[in-house]
Amino acid sequence: MKKAKWVVPTIYIIFLMLPIYWLLNMSFKTTTEIINTYTLWPQEFTLDNYKKIFTDRTWYTGYLNSIYYVVMNTVISVAAALPAAYAFSRYKFLGDKHLFFWLLTNRMAPPAVFALPFFQFYSSVNLFDTHVAVALSHCLFNIPLAVWILEGFMSSVPKELDETAYVDGYSFWRFFFKIFIPTITAGIGITMFFCFMFSWVELLLAKTLTAVAAKPIAATMTRTASTSGYELGLLAAAGSLTIIPGAIVIYFVRNYIAKGFALGRV
Amino acid sequence: MNKTVNQKAWFFVIPVFVLVAFNAIIPLMTVVNYAFQETFGNNVFMWEGTRWFKQIMLSERFHASLGRQFLFTFIILFIQIPLGIAIALTMPKEGIGVPVCLVLMSMPLLIPWNVVGAMWNIFALPDIGFLGHSLNALGFDYNFTQQIGDAWFTTILMDVWHWTSLVVLLSYAGLRSIQPAYYQAAEIDGASRWAIFTKIELPKMKKVLTIAILLRFMDSFMIYTEPFVLTGGGPGNATAFLSIDLVKMALGQFDLGPAAAMSLIYFFIVLLVCWVFYTLMMRNEEKS
Repeated sequence: MKKAKWVVPTIYIIFLMLPIYWLLNMSFKTTTEIINTYTLWPQEFTLDNYKKIFTDRTWYTGYLNSIYYVVMNTVISVAAALPAAYAFSRYKFLGDKHLFFWLLTNRMAPPAVFALPFFQFYSSVNLFDTHVAVALSHCLFNIPLAVWILEGFMSSVPKELDETAYVDGYSFWRFFFKIFIPTITAGIGITMFFCFMFSWVELLLAKTLTAVAAKPIAATMTRTASTSGYELGLLAAAGSLTIIPGAIVIYFVRNYIAKGFALGRV
Repeated sequence: MNKTVNQKAWFFVIPVFVLVAFNAIIPLMTVVNYAFQETFGNNVFMWEGTRWFKQIMLSERFHASLGRQFLFTFIILFIQIPLGIAIALTMPKEGIGVPVCLVLMSMPLLIPWNVVGAMWNIFALPDIGFLGHSLNALGFDYNFTQQIGDAWFTTILMDVWHWTSLVVLLSYAGLRSIQPAYYQAAEIDGASRWAIFTKIELPKMKKVLTIAILLRFMDSFMIYTEPFVLTGGGPGNATAFLSIDLVKMALGQFDLGPAAAMSLIYFFIVLLVCWVFYTLMMRNEEKS
């Protein structure tokens, strides 16, 4: 029984890794090999696909654009959500429950519904094709999520902590930054992880709101696939590279995830 | 926790309110605007009342894509939730296995959605993809670009690959919050494995499972990018789920009126289901 327990997660992880391996495999092949033969690993190992991405401006700026707006969005989302989540976890106020549900409904809005109005709206305020536009539009679903997660973490911190601090003569903001935030770093870590994740993987809005200057890498990929024929190797290499930022983020927050999960909320 | 009444708390909520309202209310009003009017461009609008709503509600195309959407969502919930729980139950509880599992299992969640679609496209191609090639070598006649059944199979497999980990992570979080004392008590009572699962683990996971089901419902109901890249909604319209159909109507054919009406109906359905879930969730929380 003890040994058999390893079987299920192992099979699952193998299932998860297979398509990723196949993508990596393709990215190291030459175009002729991809088209002409079926091989389980590259016969003529080549780095040309990666070289092209790192030397061609249209490719590597895509990465920088994506990272730029994702980081911007994560910072905005968490900064705005912190005081709001504190209010929801500590106080009752007029319309609090309705407001909370209204926030959540925005997490439920299908981006496809908003794509066209977003385009018109951001064009009319002259933000079209800027990083700010994408970062702000991703707030639509990331802020509700951030408030939701942070509220859970803050509710698990006993209220006595606040009261003791006030008795000790702390002002609200000093208490908030010096005592409260350090006690919920795990929660903030998880929240940042989720904001990063949902902003990084989203494409529909990011693609609709950009043309050239702020175009995300994922959009560069789709456009390549449709314009310059089907360059599978190049596409695979670009795809493989998009996995890296996510993997780095997971590696850094892995301890927070374990700790945060122990608290019982995402 | 007993909360104190404090209306000044609104000041803390204002930044969030402004940012979300900026993004939600203005575009939503644009959609409402289109839904009730006819436009020929140049900002000329004519009042149409509920004509577009009637047209959409009666259109077979909408019924078909709505049907496909519900079928897809039910299938993936039916697979992912039990599978996710099963994997979470068998995951290691301590040692080096924990971070290894967490990191590897989170990988699919952090890949951009169109890369997921492209990756599965390459993976499933009948001639050069591992999945397609293997299935054909085993004697199945597999081609996801031409056969409806294969297209559905591939789309569902892709979604299971992509999102089961979220259910696993959430269930695992729920399991971790159970105190060892419960298990010790169960052992003393000589409870069977099944009894431990249904009497201890499942009730303790209820809260996270509700979140998991809610998130999976919302996201699978809005699915767009992955099937769009993988199958493009085809063959024919076989995998054209609601969002794909909507974008086709709005940006492809520029039928803004019907598309806006469809958006509102679509949003309303998601809202209704989520409201039911949310109310149930809150009621449970108050009880416990």
